[in-house]
Amino acid sequence: MASEEADPMNYESVIGLEVHAQMLTDTKIFCGCSTRFGSEPNTQTCPVCVGMPGVLPVLNRKALEFAIRTGLATNCTISPYSRFARKNYFYPDLPKGYQVSQYALPICEHGHIEIIVDALTRNIGITRIHMEEDAGKNIHEGAGQYSFVDLNRAGVPLMEIVSEPDIRTPGEAVAYMKKLRTILRYLGVCDGNMEEGSLRCDANVSVRPVGQQELGVKVEIKNINSFRFVEKALEYEIKRQKKVIEDKGTIIQETRLWDSGRGITESMRGKEEAHDYRYFPEPDLVPMTVDQAWVDEIRFSLPELPDLKRERFVSAYGLPETDADFLVSEKSLSGWFEDAVKLGGQPKAVANWIMGDLMKLLNSENKTIEESPVEPARLVDMLKLIEQGTISGKIAKTVFEEMFKTTKTSGEIVQEKGLVQIIDSGEIEKTVDEVIAKHSKETERFKAGEEKLMGFFVGQVMKLTKGKANPQMVNELLKKKLSS
Amino acid sequence: MDLFRITVSEARDLLIKRQITAIDLVRSLSERIDAVEERVKAFITLAKDSASRMAEEAQKKIDAGEGKSLLGIPLAIKDNMCTKDIRTTCASGILHNFVPPYESTATSRLAAQGYVLVGKTNMDEFAMGSSTENSGVQITKNPWDLERIPGGSSGGSAAAVAADECIAALGSDTGGSIRQPASFCGVVGLKPTYGRVSRYGLVAFASSLDQIGTITKNVRDSAIIMNTIAGHDPCDSTSAPLPVPDFTTALGRDIRGIRIGIPKEYFIEGMEKEVELAVREAMRQLESLGAIPVEISLPHTEYAIATYYILATSEASSNLARYDGVKYGLRVEGKDLMDMYMNTRAQGFGAEVKRRIMLGTYALSSGYYDAYYRKAQQVRTLIKKDFEDAFQKVDVIVTPTSPTAAFRIGEKSSDPLQMYLSDIFTISINLAGVPAISIPCGFTSQNLPVGLQIIGKHFDEEALFKIAYAYEQSTEWRLRRPTL
Repeated sequence: MASEEADPMNYESVIGLEVHAQMLTDTKIFCGCSTRFGSEPNTQTCPVCVGMPGVLPVLNRKALEFAIRTGLATNCTISPYSRFARKNYFYPDLPKGYQVSQYALPICEHGHIEIIVDALTRNIGITRIHMEEDAGKNIHEGAGQYSFVDLNRAGVPLMEIVSEPDIRTPGEAVAYMKKLRTILRYLGVCDGNMEEGSLRCDANVSVRPVGQQELGVKVEIKNINSFRFVEKALEYEIKRQKKVIEDKGTIIQETRLWDSGRGITESMRGKEEAHDYRYFPEPDLVPMTVDQAWVDEIRFSLPELPDLKRERFVSAYGLPETDADFLVSEKSLSGWFEDAVKLGGQPKAVANWIMGDLMKLLNSENKTIEESPVEPARLVDMLKLIEQGTISGKIAKTVFEEMFKTTKTSGEIVQEKGLVQIIDSGEIEKTVDEVIAKHSKETERFKAGEEKLMGFFVGQVMKLTKGKANPQMVNELLKKKLSS
Repeated sequence: MDLFRITVSEARDLLIKRQITAIDLVRSLSERIDAVEERVKAFITLAKDSASRMAEEAQKKIDAGEGKSLLGIPLAIKDNMCTKDIRTTCASGILHNFVPPYESTATSRLAAQGYVLVGKTNMDEFAMGSSTENSGVQITKNPWDLERIPGGSSGGSAAAVAADECIAALGSDTGGSIRQPASFCGVVGLKPTYGRVSRYGLVAFASSLDQIGTITKNVRDSAIIMNTIAGHDPCDSTSAPLPVPDFTTALGRDIRGIRIGIPKEYFIEGMEKEVELAVREAMRQLESLGAIPVEISLPHTEYAIATYYILATSEASSNLARYDGVKYGLRVEGKDLMDMYMNTRAQGFGAEVKRRIMLGTYALSSGYYDAYYRKAQQVRTLIKKDFEDAFQKVDVIVTPTSPTAAFRIGEKSSDPLQMYLSDIFTISINLAGVPAISIPCGFTSQNLPVGLQIIGKHFDEEALFKIAYAYEQSTEWRLRRPTL
């Protein structure tokens, strides 16, 4: 053991994630204020969320429902008896001097979700999901001596989703985050936007010798606000911890901040870390008793979740796993796909067009599938033109681009631009003869065995027909004429 | 006739019969206040202008034939209930300039019945105390003996009623803060069942114990006001969704055969002889009215004070965290944020409040939580059970309200433990959440009032009204008034 311990190469990392997800409720968790993002500071506040003397919280039932939905979708047990607790600390953006959260009796416990990394399926345990209120925002602007506090966000409902330390690599951590995000978005409980902060992630990381059961000393990393940074921050931290061990140092239990600019984690040791939150049951809210009938009602209302959908896409549509994986990563994407298939699109062809040209065009304009200018119906129409041989696959790319820019159908575009494929063998033969006559030198070389010149001849024919000649017919005719 | 001496029910009669106007009534009280307030010091804020306005509005409604139950009745409100646009200080430096932007549920219910707000009454700072000596504003004097305290924390309300500076008042009771001052001032004080009256807008001291109640000249007035303020409030999750009976119908009912529990633990050493005699005599009087005395035991009584001072201070330490100088109230600038927090709280809070914040912070601290807070919660459950067991055998429980009559200013202020003992008979009732009323039951040889406490089952305020009224009407204590 001793020698193993000295060799950081034989160490594995152990990662647990604490994910904060802002719930998509219309109103805040304990008052009726709007949760809309981006309004003028302190315009979405009331005595309750500002923490006036004498105010009391009243739980937003929708927030509880969202937490239960999430719990059910992640295989959790829904606690029939659960309660809120106060987490006490002073900060200007925390108007009451405590955050109403859950501690001893969270709403959901003992769940798990499946992730696939490098074709390997792994189960990641969910320790608990609890509800809490968000804090406001401190604003440090201008040259004056004052900072400002915006309490629009104070009281926006959050779920904290805590994983077991089941994650072993930064890649798995990213896969877990992405899977969680997909599930949350399927459920409609969170928009999953990491950049805007509606999905946030803290990570607990430790390393230990491979084979050792006990966990190493854990370090908490905060301020990770994109999928890319999840990977980068973890990679950095694991490397750092291994280096500490390599240098015969000791890892200290602490909180570190991810600095994305410098690509490092930095200790925030000192005052900010020395918190004793003095949790105790929130006396202003009665314990929640959740009855089974309501839980069942919520269970029946859950949408088809990504894992099941992926299986169905493979079995019902004969899609390869990777295609299915991609299509189910967003509910709207899978919906778009299925709409197209329902309209008569051949599943694999539809999948190819979505994953290829459609995604490329959407990405280039920073658009989501919901914002796609092309609807499933127009794609299916175009696929029919290809099947019928009216246009070639190559021409279709041009047509599709035009469809993306306009509201025209593929038929209209083909008409307008005269893109109908030439399948008249007489017309093609004429052009082929013309090309051969014009390029006698190349013809001789071809006949002498330089077969790679075939491409050149095809190119010339296509050029003259503006790409509209049926490529198969061009090939056949050229072969016949050149070898005669 | 001195109009200011009348009761709520008398005033209502005179107003409806057009023998007086609401303006007459307010003027009479205003004159009375001018005459005695300088000596009594019951009020922190007098609402003279708004009182005249409210009286005029009330009179218009009376003239229009409206029959609301408190139309034109001048009441005083303890200064820990938020009144929109009228300063609400909790007798604390930290809220010396706080003008609430919203109205408490209790006072808005009074307003809906047309009451006239006389002013906001003095109290121990944040309701922490038993004498008003902890007020950051002034010490209220007992109208029966201006050298003595009126009791607390609702001492201002009790003194204002006793001194006829208002017709009746609202107080709040966390450990005896309505009943003990009512007892010391010779008036009727009711602490309703926890959850009977909404706490929304009552500045929290200890959320699981605080309850708003009435301080009145007689039992009927208490029932009338309770009819207005009791009942479920969607803004207070801890308020009970139970129907509210017409409490006045309990008045005048026969009490023959009622079983009255007399807890053996409530006649303790150190109790003033004259107080014990008066209470024993009152018990005999109840017996002569047909009630049946039954000796009972509340075995965990001796732990009540310790339990209370752990739970109440724990909740207070968190409830008072919001007074941080950031949003409202006092701010004392400092060199940085931490410095500002410390200066503000050091200067804004008085000694007793600081003592309790420290006690509560300690009790909730990591490592001490189990030994203090959790243990206290367990004992609280036992105390609750004591009452449940007792109420299997009896209909109500009768005890002294306080072991002494009103003490001298300064007599106990240097010894917090001695002061805490003043609430020894009232504290268990808050821990159990049951209702209790204090009514005058005699006088000491120094002409100081003694109070009798009647404790009822959860949500059985009717039993209290029935028995208190029967006793009150069979004696003449209510006719004695202090001379000022």
